[in-house]
Amino acid sequence: MSREGVQSSPSNSLTILYDSIRWEEKALYEAAKRRGLAVENLDCKNLALDLNNKNSIYSDRVILQRCVSYFKNVHSTAALEGIGARVINSLQAAIMCGNKLYSHILLDKAGVRTPKAFAAFSEDGAMAALDEIGYPAVIKPTVGSWGRLIALLRDKETARAVIEDREHMFPIYQIYYFEQFVERPPRDIRAIVVGDSVVAAIYRYSGQGEWKTNMALGGHAEACPVTKELEDICLSATRALGGQIVGVDLMESKENGLMVHEVNNTTEFKNTVRVTGVDIPSLMVDYTLAKKRG
Amino acid sequence: MIKCPECDAEIKVPSDSIEGEIVTCPDCGASYELVKSSDGFNIKPAQVVGEDWGQ
Repeated sequence: MSREGVQSSPSNSLTILYDSIRWEEKALYEAAKRRGLAVENLDCKNLALDLNNKNSIYSDRVILQRCVSYFKNVHSTAALEGIGARVINSLQAAIMCGNKLYSHILLDKAGVRTPKAFAAFSEDGAMAALDEIGYPAVIKPTVGSWGRLIALLRDKETARAVIEDREHMFPIYQIYYFEQFVERPPRDIRAIVVGDSVVAAIYRYSGQGEWKTNMALGGHAEACPVTKELEDICLSATRALGGQIVGVDLMESKENGLMVHEVNNTTEFKNTVRVTGVDIPSLMVDYTLAKKRG
Repeated sequence: MIKCPECDAEIKVPSDSIEGEIVTCPDCGASYELVKSSDGFNIKPAQVVGEDWGQ
């Protein structure tokens, strides 16, 4: 277990908080090593934090948050920020990005184009919301990733079946969040934002027999040019949610042009590096280090 | 080399491995997390992908 004493945090050190080392975390570690930094990979599962100790070894650190578990991510960010650490991304960003309903509210308020959405809180409310939004519609869990439990509701019968299933699940799944189905090419865009720049972007194409574009579901990727329009909407979305290093997911609506449907606060970027050749891990390390020194 | 606790096959640990990294048994497919030990690495069963994983 990592328990806290008191220790200084030199400006040439970096802490990466993880719960599972994926390609991304290893790439960040290696990028930090290449820069001659003292890098600590901190396993969230080993943390035992005194939430009242403002002089812990973590209190003056800048910590790159890379936990893949949403709940570990948001709660360890809260705990570490609470004792004085600067976590990238912040608790505010983790909360807002991690919940599709919250994200929608902030994106809409900031004038960032995003699919029209409805929320409902009961079976009857959900069916009424769908009557308003029309079919087909997309149901998404407010919290979730990799396309899990996202469904395309083509008609009322399908909707009723899915909603009935939801009524027997954990209560978070009875918070109904629906998005208007956006007519688009069979691809979406993942753009990586580091600070004030969109450093790279890819098109993510749906896998065979799949309408969702998540790489986790077997899609494939191609490089996407970072246009001024893409950059502007990505930076607006990032600012709206308080992010610093994020992955912005967008659709190319046939009707409305680029629309943001999600901002990821612990973004995966393996495919973006593979396809674009941009050294994203080094850019993330440099940004984090600049925040530490700044 | 580490022996797979499930099937006894040999799991190769690349020289650039770091603690926390996941290795997979080439024979049975079981996944393990690398844990530092006095003579290199040991393994423990990797976390199963959680319902709240992703981005």
